Amino acid sequence: MKSAVIVFPGSNCDRDLAVAFEAVSGSKPEMVWHRETELPEGLDLIGVPGGFSYGDYLRSGAMAARSPVMQAVAQAAAQGRFVLGICNGFQVLTETGLLPGALMRNAGTHFVCRDVALTVGSSQSAFTSRYEAGERITVPVAHHDGNYFADAATLDRLEGEGRVAFRYAEQVNGSARDIAGILNDAGNVLGMMPHPERVIEKAHGRTDGRRLFEGLVEEMMARA
Amino acid sequence: MKARVFVTLKTGVLDPQGKAIQHALAGLGFDGVNDVRAGKLIELDLADGTSEADIEAMCKKLLANTVIENFRIEAVG
Repeated sequence: MKSAVIVFPGSNCDRDLAVAFEAVSGSKPEMVWHRETELPEGLDLIGVPGGFSYGDYLRSGAMAARSPVMQAVAQAAAQGRFVLGICNGFQVLTETGLLPGALMRNAGTHFVCRDVALTVGSSQSAFTSRYEAGERITVPVAHHDGNYFADAATLDRLEGEGRVAFRYAEQVNGSARDIAGILNDAGNVLGMMPHPERVIEKAHGRTDGRRLFEGLVEEMMARA
Repeated sequence: MKARVFVTLKTGVLDPQGKAIQHALAGLGFDGVNDVRAGKLIELDLADGTSEADIEAMCKKLLANTVIENFRIEAVG
C-alpha cells in the first residue's frame, strides 16, 4: 500500500496520521508539501491531516483548499484513490468541494477538546467496513469549527445514500443531524472531525480508531 | 482603485459569534438588541481597470464560501 500525507503550513496532526498509516499498513507514507503540483506515482491513500493550516485565516481550510497540491488531490480522488481528511483535513475537503457542506464555528463558540461518543452511520465503505452500523465508539475531537452545515436537500441526500459515516452520540458542536463524518458519492473520500489516528494503540487508552485504517488497508490489499 | 467586499452569513445560518456578541451587549446593559450577525469586511487595493466580474470571481473562488455566506461588492472612490 502506498500512501501520502499532505503537509500545510500549520498542520500539526500530519505526523500522527503518518504514524497511524505506517502502524496499520506497515509502510511509511510520503509526506507531501502543499506547494507540490503533483503527487507521488501510484498512491492508494492520501491523508489530509488536522491542524490549523494557514492559521485558519479567512475560514478554516480555505487557504489550504486553494494550494497547488489540492488540485492534484482532487484529481486523485476523481480517479478513485482513497482520501481521508481529519479535522482541519475535513474542513479543507469541504472548501475544496470534494465533500458537500461547510464546517462552521461550534454552536457553543467554545473550542471542544475531549473524547466523544460516536455512532457508526454506515459500514458500507472501505473506511467503515470493520465497524458495525449503529456501533458506538469513542474518539477524541479537538476543534473550534466542527459545526457541520448543509442545506436540507443535501442532508437528506447524505442520509438517504448512506453517506453519513459517523454521527455524534452526544451534543458536541451543533452539527446538523449530529454529523461527525461524511463520504463522497463514490465512497472513496471521507471527511471527519474526530481524530481516529489518536486512538489506534493500547497506549492511547483505547483503539477505537484503528479499525478505520485496517478497513482501508484491507480494501487496498484486495484491489492490488 | 479600491473595492470593499462584505461577507455575511446567509439568513438562517446560525451565527454563534453574533449570538455571543448579543449576549455580551446584554451583559453590559444594552437591552433591546434583538439579534447580532457578525461578518467580514475585506478591502482590496486593485489594479486600475479590474472588472466587477473579476472581483466577483475572487469572491466566489476564495473570499466567500457560498455554501454558507453571501457577499456584496462595493467600489470605493
